[in-house]
Amino acid sequence: MASLKDMRVRIASTKATQKITKAMQMVAASKLRRAQMAAEAARPYAEKMEAVIGNIASAAAGSPGAPTLLAGTGRDKVHMLLVCTGERGLSGAFNSSIVRLAREHAQSLLGQGKEVKIFCVGRKGYEQLKRIFDRQIVETIELRSVRQLGFVNAEDIAAKLLARFDAGEFDVCTLFYSRFKSVISQIPTAQQIIPLVIEKPAANAGPATSYEYEPGEDEILTSLLPRNIAVQIFRALLENNASFYGAQMTAMDNATRNAGEMIRKQTLVYNRTRQAMITKELIEIISGAEAV
Amino acid sequence: MATFRFDLVSPEKIAFSGDVDQVDIPGVEGDFGVLAGHAPVVAAIRPGIVTVTKGGKQQKVVVLGGIAEVSDKGLTVLADVATSVADLDAAQFAQTVASMEAQLASKQGSELDRAIERLDHFKSIQQQLQTTAMH
Repeated sequence: MASLKDMRVRIASTKATQKITKAMQMVAASKLRRAQMAAEAARPYAEKMEAVIGNIASAAAGSPGAPTLLAGTGRDKVHMLLVCTGERGLSGAFNSSIVRLAREHAQSLLGQGKEVKIFCVGRKGYEQLKRIFDRQIVETIELRSVRQLGFVNAEDIAAKLLARFDAGEFDVCTLFYSRFKSVISQIPTAQQIIPLVIEKPAANAGPATSYEYEPGEDEILTSLLPRNIAVQIFRALLENNASFYGAQMTAMDNATRNAGEMIRKQTLVYNRTRQAMITKELIEIISGAEAV
Repeated sequence: MATFRFDLVSPEKIAFSGDVDQVDIPGVEGDFGVLAGHAPVVAAIRPGIVTVTKGGKQQKVVVLGGIAEVSDKGLTVLADVATSVADLDAAQFAQTVASMEAQLASKQGSELDRAIERLDHFKSIQQQLQTTAMH
């Protein structure tokens, strides 16, 4: 049985851990608020962009000269998975759930005889994916040194992705990230970004406005489509960021509570043992006195 | 004077949102003004200055490229970067221009053409800023 001193040390160490998890929870909570604000600030731009592209694209999609980013390469052979995860752990199932979704997707594609390539954004996803898909990973970007997530980061990723697309390295690209629904609920999401999936306008939306284009429709579309990729990636990164802090906050809240429970149990055992020792010593003294 | 709705959004924030009288936009094929009831247009924007007129007061915002959409709901400008002239750091802007100039040497072909074009736009912004500052 552990001595009283050992028990005291163990309780102290659990208390220290609890302090750390508590601090991490509070840091995550304050960062979450900022991340959530950033994600919300980016939303109008992405939505407007989608609306403008949807308007132009629905007219252009049928024409034979439509850009490949919109119409696709006409093949469905090589799939690129752009997996966005966090840079750090200690956030519950946040990273694993994104990786699991990507893994299932990749395995079902491989099962269909398709080729899969993986583009990792974030260290944690890379670490988990390289165990199974080491050969499929073509590129990794770490955002570890980035303090404030800016649009330039997304542009950087988009440029690398588009360079590969232009080189004919893949036909379809799917983006994996975690959508921030609420602090306790983050939904791992797969979104196809190349070729672009345009949502059909609602039936009751009325006739679409007929626009004039300046310069031509094609020029606008060719400059807008790559931009849209960057915007979608930016949105994914921001949602991911907010999800990460949400997940971390919940995880650390749980950890703090578990540590509290553990301290309570350990203290109970400690006190009981201490009491038993005192009783034992008393018995020894009394029986010693009686013998005399 | 009739007003219309104007939203200026960049990926990182909403730079302007509200009802305005007139907006002057630097389009790639020339500047154009938008008043209430403008015909639906989608236009690409070059780096330049967007002038917003509201109740006789003017507000200038520097945008670095993007797209403008006029619909019956109003005008939406999707700017790559939108900074109000008041917030713009002239020294930093000059530095950007200088570094773009320095990078020209390493570029070639169509990339060089694009870089020169972009630099020209930046320089014209800089000049406009300097002339307005003198008034």
